[in-house]
Amino acid sequence: MAYAPHTLDDRDAMLAAIGVGSVDELFADIPDSVRARAFDIPPPLTEQEVRRELTRLAGRNRIPEVSFLGAGAYRHLVPAAVMEVIGRSEFATAYTPYQPEVSQGTLQSIYEFQTLVCELTGMEVASASHYDGATATAEAALMACRLTRRDTVAISSAVNPQVRRVLDTYCSGPGIRVIEVEADIAEGGSGLTPIDAAESSLDEHVACLVVQHPNFFGGIEPMAELAATAHRHGAQFVAVVEPTSLAILEAPGAYGADIVAAEGQPLGIPLSFGGPYVGLMAARMDSVRQMPGRLVGATRDAAGRRGYVLTLQAREQHIRREKAASNICTNQALCALAATAYLSAVGPEGLREVAELSMVQTRHAISTLEAAGVGERRFSASYFAEAAVRIPDAKRRHAALAEQGVLAGFPLEDAYPALRDCLLVAATELTTDDDVARLVEALEATP
Amino acid sequence: MSVTERPAAPAGAPSDGDASGRGAAFSSAVGGEELRVVQPLIFASSRPGRRDVRFPKPSDAAQAAAASQLELPAEALRTAAARLPEVSELDLLRHFNRLSHLNHAIDLGFYPLGSCTMKYNPKVNEWAARLPGLSESHPLDPPELSQGSLEIQWLLAELLREISGMAAVSLQPAAGAQGELTGLLMARAYHRSRGEGEQRTTVLVPDSSHGTNPATATMVGYRTITIPSNERGGIDLAALREALGSDTAALMITNPSTLGMFEDQIDQVVAAVHEVGAIAYMDGANLNAILGRFRAGDAGFDVMHFNLHKTFSTPHGGGGPGAGPVGVSERLAPFLPEPVPVLVEGSPDEVKRNAWAGRTTPGARFALEAEGTREQSIGKVRAFAGNFGMHLRAYTYIRSNGDAGLREVSDDAVLAANYLRVRLTDAYDLPYDRICKHEVVFSGRRQKREHGVTTLDIAKAILDYQIHPPTIYFPLIVEEALMIEPTETESLETLDRFVAVMHEIAERAARDPAALRAAPTTTPVGRLDEASAARRPDLRHDFGTA
Repeated sequence: MAYAPHTLDDRDAMLAAIGVGSVDELFADIPDSVRARAFDIPPPLTEQEVRRELTRLAGRNRIPEVSFLGAGAYRHLVPAAVMEVIGRSEFATAYTPYQPEVSQGTLQSIYEFQTLVCELTGMEVASASHYDGATATAEAALMACRLTRRDTVAISSAVNPQVRRVLDTYCSGPGIRVIEVEADIAEGGSGLTPIDAAESSLDEHVACLVVQHPNFFGGIEPMAELAATAHRHGAQFVAVVEPTSLAILEAPGAYGADIVAAEGQPLGIPLSFGGPYVGLMAARMDSVRQMPGRLVGATRDAAGRRGYVLTLQAREQHIRREKAASNICTNQALCALAATAYLSAVGPEGLREVAELSMVQTRHAISTLEAAGVGERRFSASYFAEAAVRIPDAKRRHAALAEQGVLAGFPLEDAYPALRDCLLVAATELTTDDDVARLVEALEATP
Repeated sequence: MSVTERPAAPAGAPSDGDASGRGAAFSSAVGGEELRVVQPLIFASSRPGRRDVRFPKPSDAAQAAAASQLELPAEALRTAAARLPEVSELDLLRHFNRLSHLNHAIDLGFYPLGSCTMKYNPKVNEWAARLPGLSESHPLDPPELSQGSLEIQWLLAELLREISGMAAVSLQPAAGAQGELTGLLMARAYHRSRGEGEQRTTVLVPDSSHGTNPATATMVGYRTITIPSNERGGIDLAALREALGSDTAALMITNPSTLGMFEDQIDQVVAAVHEVGAIAYMDGANLNAILGRFRAGDAGFDVMHFNLHKTFSTPHGGGGPGAGPVGVSERLAPFLPEPVPVLVEGSPDEVKRNAWAGRTTPGARFALEAEGTREQSIGKVRAFAGNFGMHLRAYTYIRSNGDAGLREVSDDAVLAANYLRVRLTDAYDLPYDRICKHEVVFSGRRQKREHGVTTLDIAKAILDYQIHPPTIYFPLIVEEALMIEPTETESLETLDRFVAVMHEIAERAARDPAALRAAPTTTPVGRLDEASAARRPDLRHDFGTA
């Protein structure tokens, strides 16, 4: 073992204390018939050898020089201070805070995280975090079913397809029906979730209406009207949001969201090929007992010192077992810590700058594409920092550009056959004017 | 809260009345009531206009171009700003560094938390995770740009297949509990594919199981039936056979069990499950005990999950992120969640041979299996392709250890647990007195009965020795349980010190039980009032009206 501390003498001393002659005797309880028949693993590597191997593999990836790819995971600045905080082994090598007296660092950071999520979303209570935005959304839908005792979930087709597929899987568990509200993606359409389509999908069986905002196409949904529509039918309104947008866009709590879910990756978490990320979930206080996942609360010790503990655990699997609100065991504490440190590092002004720059550079890119006659916006509605752009022969040209280290966006055709020749184009604060110029030049040079 | 000054010295902390050394406490009056604060919230050091990270201004050209596009509708704009902290970078670092000092962690001291495998987390894994080629890889990058990420996932899946003997592996689940969900959804899909979906409605779990097992069964719409353990700590085979029937969907069994015992009738257990056409699920939480000794696939299991954060040393992170890949037998492979990383061009054996030698195979090409290829897939359980950052750490760990190293991991983990078993039996009751695997479960019932000192008191007393207590009150079938998992990375000196501490606590329990009931006394805070935390939930900072 690469990290074994025992000397030969240590091992002998331990075996002698146990009263066995060899370690093999400690495995005598494994029946012969089921002993491992093979274990064909390559030999050990030293640190320099394993570093060479990982360097080889990292070198097999090509990080594009210019990228307008988003579609649910975004290239943002990860401040050095944030990496420093989450790299501290007092945070990284601790486990879930079962012993609060020696876990106040983790617990307080989660309390701060819950506060920040409440502030961003305008909601009353936030969980300690979930695996990612998709599972947070799925769990939010199941939570709405428990709250309303209904068995159907209505979800806009303008919610990220990855999120919808995860929600489908989670709902298939207890047999919850999922119905899709068709977004208006017809030629000349808004790209938004139509109020009348939402209205007609709702009835006394529907537990919630799930809408993403900005939606998968970056579109600004009429959230207040959609929320009111859901409420008219006694359904919960589940808002799936993007956290940096909340510096500019109205807080979900203000437009009537009952449950909010979000992918927290944009808040200082590296792309890392899809994970680990962090799911945010927030709700109204009167729903807290149906909320899945960990919650941290403040309390005090006998001497009156303020401290933090895991609380309302009667919802959770280790207490309730088959009656728990979810099987979720822990949270994504270290990623939640990254988000907490990120929001503290950028502050309200910084988060607004990120959102505004992302908006400006997305608009800059799209208006430059339009001016050059290379592409045109596919939908009529206003958008945040991502938009569907029609580019003739998009899929082939997207692939050709990728070869040159320019990622023009995300091809929408596979997920939305009606959006053939459309790319989802996203910019962030890291996008430069040169990136925009390179994108347009590359498309012009690749007819 | 308006605390701005740190007391000059612990002894001078104005209202920190005890001599515990918890001197870092602050004092402040909130709502007329005195409250002592160990480290103020980040919001306390916030001042309007204070900044850390700044971003560039957009160019005039960019702004002009943007201006020609649609503005945001006025009704969509935020009306009340989020009260995020406004702090300097130095204050930010000090805040989080001070918070970090309030944690116990593996890198600070012994952490024998049973069932959690708190082993050393090698730093080369962290180095690898921060390689820009990996950390900046976008999950939707075309496969031509992400061959490295895909090769890591494919190789890791191959290694996990070999370690478990299972036919196929999905890396997608983000945690052990999600691996369980994935496994049971596949079991159900399998039964449905055979027209037995309606008939099979129950999942059997032993009474020693993790709470996630029955909670997962509920999420998949199954009814849980609990099977008692026998006097040896194994599953009661007669009771199992009694409960098994044509309505059984699956048995979920942790092996080695949460009692730290290898299920020595495992062959009969699996056979009995298969006899009624049910799925045999192995919860791999305790895989750290049996690497190279037992493979679930060889024993006939249909599905198992791995906890990369336990067996394969990825950091626990204060409660996540983890990763919970699942391995399945041939008959469940069609139901795996999407997407599966696949080698689309090249020979698997050649690619592995080369990778083991640190070489790239010319012409080899990896991809994520296209959506819809696996027609019977249960779907997606998580966005994208799983917690890749954990996958690459686990890959690094497995390669560092290699075949001999992984065997030694389990040998040493089992050696350490048995060493503690024999060294502590004189002081604490051992309900199942036989060779254990990676962990050993004692009972504090003697201390409770004779001295009124509970297992909770013992755990809190351990904190004062800068050691994290074992898992307590679990498994549920052991009265006053103390579940100790030392792991393979702790030296004999550390184990011996723990033995000395546990003996001293047993002795103090007899001599001065009141002192143990008052423990801990050296931690940043004392025992916290959990009842009032639940009665009057305070789950977020109250900014007040200021």
